Amino acid sequence: MGGEATKAISKEVLWGGGRSPFSVSYGKMMMWYFLVSDALTFGGLLTAYGFARAGSTEAWPIGEQVFRALPGVEGEYPLMYVALMTFILIISSVTMVMAVEAGHRNDKRGVVAWLAATVVGGLIFLGSQAWEWSHFIHGSGGSFLTQTEVTVAAEDGTSVTVPAGTPVYMDHHFGDLAAQWLEGSPDVELAEHGAEVHFTENGAHGSHEAHLHELRLNKYVENETKVVGAEAAKLWNARSANFTFGANLQDSEYAVQQTYSNFFFFITGFHGFHVFSGVVINLIVLIMAINGVFERRKHYETVEKVGLYWHFVDLVWVFVFTFFYLI
Amino acid sequence: MERDDLIVNDSYALNAHHSDAEGAKIRSKIWKVTALLTLLTIVEVGMGVYFKRSEDFSWTAIKWTFIFLTLVKAGYIVMVFMHLGDERKNLRRVILAPYILFILYLIFIAIREGFGHMDAFNTFH
Repeated sequence: MGGEATKAISKEVLWGGGRSPFSVSYGKMMMWYFLVSDALTFGGLLTAYGFARAGSTEAWPIGEQVFRALPGVEGEYPLMYVALMTFILIISSVTMVMAVEAGHRNDKRGVVAWLAATVVGGLIFLGSQAWEWSHFIHGSGGSFLTQTEVTVAAEDGTSVTVPAGTPVYMDHHFGDLAAQWLEGSPDVELAEHGAEVHFTENGAHGSHEAHLHELRLNKYVENETKVVGAEAAKLWNARSANFTFGANLQDSEYAVQQTYSNFFFFITGFHGFHVFSGVVINLIVLIMAINGVFERRKHYETVEKVGLYWHFVDLVWVFVFTFFYLI
Repeated sequence: MERDDLIVNDSYALNAHHSDAEGAKIRSKIWKVTALLTLLTIVEVGMGVYFKRSEDFSWTAIKWTFIFLTLVKAGYIVMVFMHLGDERKNLRRVILAPYILFILYLIFIAIREGFGHMDAFNTFH
């Protein structure tokens, strides 16, 4: 029976004995230990992502081609939305460090104001992520697989031979009505007159049409190709019954490999859950600060501890941004 | 050797206070780091949008630039925002050394040994 457990430990060397290892408080050090273990979880996730990607035999989706939509705006803005989310999180990290600094001066008003700003920043980030998820799940037009081999001229004039079973991507006006038509909606009709293909939706507010202007090949991977006009109709006529819209846990328009959207859901979801719990914890500490709990304690160390967690959430996003969206 | 872990006053937190003048200095440092982090993010996004992917050396160089810029950003967040740079050297090492070792080992083992089992991995997805 050797070892430390059998010895009586003098009270002096314990935290309660007026001595702090590394001269930090118990709570702060445990927060650091927790963050190290949590960082290992995220490190493992990102390593697994890189592993799956490196071992994939199919082309892997490219961040700036998958994430290029902005809410309420037509057109393509590669990475702009994710960049905005990154900026929001960095700024909320700054407001947090300002709250910690105000706490060191026992400035209650400063702590309350900066902490409130941090909570608002966190909520804006969560809202942004909700939109990104909804857009990712809904998709941007969907795709169908070709039934037969077909040769078409791309928009730039080159001739492309498309083998059977190749995904062809629709734009979101045409694709949205195609989705409703496939579901058997009585309001949507398909009209095909040679090269002229369009859907008509007869809704409660009049009818509107979506024409087949453009289809794309390799939309999310290298060599993205646009096919327009009569050539697009050739692809449309070569379609099979296999359509995919957006992504879920069984199916994905973004990649042949389901792993891509699974990693998107898991990594950004796990991070989003950290942001959510961070917002809740910040809110609790904000209420404590307003009620003067830390004034009575004569120090604001709790703000510093939740601050560590909040910065960690920002830190993880910096890595997710690089490895999931940029590379 | 002089002990550096003894605190006469039993509360660390009470010793962490600083004056208004020190606060102003800390705040100006925070704003400088903010500007730097924002600038690095803008550079990263600009590179991501501008450079096209290819199989040759240029894309590899860009990838390593992304990783380098990310590590710089992470360093500033951990050392300045999380104040690890202001903590004692032994705490800094206790936090960083095990983490860096574990992650390097994980990456090494995934690259070095993992691909032998890639066929098995691919059957699971």
